[in-house]
Amino acid sequence: MIKGSFIENLGRVYAMYTGGFLVFVALMAILEQMGVGADTIGILFVAFTVVIYALIGWLSRTMQVDAYYVAGREVPAVYNGMATAADWMSGASFVALAGGIYFGGYGYLGFIVGWTGGYVLVNSLMAPYLRKFGCYTVPDFIGTRYGGNVARFCAVVILVVASFTYVTAQINASGTIAARALHIPFEFGVWIGLLGILLCSMLGGMRAVTWTQVAQYIVLIIAYLVPVFWMSNKQGFGMIPHFSYGDAVARIQELEPLVSLGVAATESAPFGGVRILTTPHNDPQGGMDSWKFVSLAFCMMAGTASLPHILMRYFTTPSVRAARKSVAYSLFFIFLLYFTAPALATLTKLQLLDPTLPTAIIGQSFEAVKSLAWVQNWESVNMLWLSDSNGDGILQLNEFFMRPDIVVLATPEIAGLPYVISGLVAAGGLAAAMSTADGLLLAIANALSHDLYYKIIDPKADTKHRLVVARILLVGIGCAAALVASLQLTGILGAVAWAFCFAASGLFFPLVLGVWWKRANTQGAIAGMICGFVAGSAYLYLIHNGIIEPIYAIDGLRFALIGMPVSLIAMVVVSLMTPAPDAETQAMVDEVRIPSGGTILDAKH
Amino acid sequence: MSDISSEAKARHWSRTRGLTILVLVIWAIFAFILPWNAKALNEISFLGFPLGYYLIVQGSLIVFVLLIFFQNWRQDAIDDEAGVGEE
Repeated sequence: MIKGSFIENLGRVYAMYTGGFLVFVALMAILEQMGVGADTIGILFVAFTVVIYALIGWLSRTMQVDAYYVAGREVPAVYNGMATAADWMSGASFVALAGGIYFGGYGYLGFIVGWTGGYVLVNSLMAPYLRKFGCYTVPDFIGTRYGGNVARFCAVVILVVASFTYVTAQINASGTIAARALHIPFEFGVWIGLLGILLCSMLGGMRAVTWTQVAQYIVLIIAYLVPVFWMSNKQGFGMIPHFSYGDAVARIQELEPLVSLGVAATESAPFGGVRILTTPHNDPQGGMDSWKFVSLAFCMMAGTASLPHILMRYFTTPSVRAARKSVAYSLFFIFLLYFTAPALATLTKLQLLDPTLPTAIIGQSFEAVKSLAWVQNWESVNMLWLSDSNGDGILQLNEFFMRPDIVVLATPEIAGLPYVISGLVAAGGLAAAMSTADGLLLAIANALSHDLYYKIIDPKADTKHRLVVARILLVGIGCAAALVASLQLTGILGAVAWAFCFAASGLFFPLVLGVWWKRANTQGAIAGMICGFVAGSAYLYLIHNGIIEPIYAIDGLRFALIGMPVSLIAMVVVSLMTPAPDAETQAMVDEVRIPSGGTILDAKH
Repeated sequence: MSDISSEAKARHWSRTRGLTILVLVIWAIFAFILPWNAKALNEISFLGFPLGYYLIVQGSLIVFVLLIFFQNWRQDAIDDEAGVGEE
C-alpha cells in the first residue's frame, strides 16, 4: 500500500470498509434465517472483525521512528477524532456504562458528564501545546520542558502505573467477550484477546494502532447505535429515541413505587457481581448527592486531560490547528455513544418494569420469566440470577439479580431482536476493549522504550535497535497485563476510575503549568509529580484497606481530589523556593504558546 | 522561531488566555453548577424531560461539543490576526 495515496484515499478506503462490514452483518442475518446457530454467528463476528484489524495492523507495519511513535504526523483531524474516540471508549464505556446508569441513577451520571467534559480541558489546556512541542510521548514533554532525567523518570512511572491499571481492565473485558463468543474459558479468552491486540499494534506502532482504531470506532458505534434504534422503533419511541425518551423517564418514575423499588433483597445470589436494582432512575437529593456527582465528574475530567494514551493521539496530527480540530471531532464521536447510553439504560429498564409491555418481567409469573430464553442464557454464565424469595410465584424487583454489564450485552435478546444483533454487539464490545488496550499498551511501551531506554539508558541506540526494544516491551507488558487480568482482581470499572485518579494526581498540574506558568521549574515539577502521586496513592491504600474512612465521600473513584491539591501546592511552593527556569526554557514556553513555526523538538529526536 | 515582535506575542497570548478563561467558565457552569442543582432544575420540564436530568444526560454534553468548536473558531481567528496561524 502506497502511503501517500492511502492518506489521500482515506475516505474511500473507510467507506468501502464500512460498506463491507454492513454487507457482512447482512450476510450473518441471512445465515441466521437459514438456520445457522447463534454460537456460529457469534464466532464469525468476532473472528471476522479481529482478522480485519490484524490485516490493517500488518499493512501498516513500519521501521520508521516517527511512523512508529506518532503515525508520521499525517493523520487528518476527522480520522484522528475517530481513532481517539475508539482509544477513549473502553470496554467499560461500551459494556458497563449503560448498566451503570441503569443501576446507579443520578450518582452514576457523573461519569457521563466527566468523561465528555474532560475534552474541554484537553482542548483548552493541553492538546495544541503538546502538539506544538513535537514530542513522541507525554514524558518527552515533561523531560524537555523541565529538563533532566529525574522529571522524565517520574512522568514515566506515573504513566506506567495509571495506564497499567487501566489496561488490565481492558484485557479483562476483551477476555470476557472473547470467552463468551468463542465458548472458551475466561483464562484462555484473555490470551486470545491479547493476541488480537498485539497483532494490531506490534508491527506498525502508532501508525497501525491509528488505522485499526478508526476501523474499530466504525464497528463499535454501529454496534452501539443499531440495537438502540431498533429497540426504540419497536417500542414506539421513534427511530431516534434520544430526544423523546422523556416520557419513558417519567413512566419509570411512576412505576418505581409500584414495583417497591428500594426494598432490600431477602436472599443473596450464590455468586458475585450480580445485584438488584435499588437506586431511583432520576432522584437527586441535592447536598451530598450533588457533591458526589460533581466530585466524580471533576476527577474524571482531570484524569481525561492527564491520561497519556489520549494526549499522545494528538501528537499524530499534521499541525497544531489540526490537533485542536481533532479534539472537537473526538468529543463529537464520543458524544454519539455517551448520549445514547442513558437512552439505552432508560428504555431497557422500562422494558423490564412496565407491565403493559410484552417484555416486562417484574410482576410477572416467576415460572414464565424463568423459562425465557435470554434469562436462561445469562443465568447459565452467572450473569443473572432469580429466586422466588417470598414464594408467591411472582417475580419481584428484589428477586431479580443481574450484572450491570448485561444491560448492553443482553438488550437485543430482551427486546427480542434477532441474534445477529447480539453478535454485532459482541463485536462492538470487543472493538472497544481492544482499541483502548492497544492505545494503552503503546503508551506504556513507548514511554519505556523512548523515555527510559533511549533518552535515559542508551541515547546512542540506533533506529533499528530502538524499534526492536519498543516491540519487545510491548509484548512483555501485554503479557504482564494479561497475567494480572486473568487473576480478576477488581471489577472492570473500579480499575478504570483508579487510572484516571492516578494520572490526574501526578500529571495534571505538571502538564498544565508547564505551558501556563513560565515560572514552573524542574524542582517544582518533580515535587508536584511525586507529592501528588504519593498522596493520592497513599490515600487510596488507606481507604481501600479500610484503615481510614473516606473523608467527604472521597473514595477510590475520587482520590484525585486528594492528590491534585497536594500536587499543585507542592509544585507552586517548591518552584517559588528554587530559582526560576533559565531564559532558554522561558523562550521555549513562549514558543509553545504560538501555533506557527516548527516544533520545539526536531522531527527525528 | 517565528518572527513576530514580543509585544505581538504578548498580545496574542493575553487574548488566548482570555478566550480560554471564557471557555472554562462556560464549561464549569455546565459541568458543575447546573448538575449540582439538578434537584431544583428537575422541577422544570424541557423537551418532555426534567431539565436537571436532561442536562446531565444530554444538554451539557451538547454544550461541551459546541464549546470546543466555538473555541477553535475563535482561537483560529486570534492566531490569524496575530499572524501566527499556520495554514
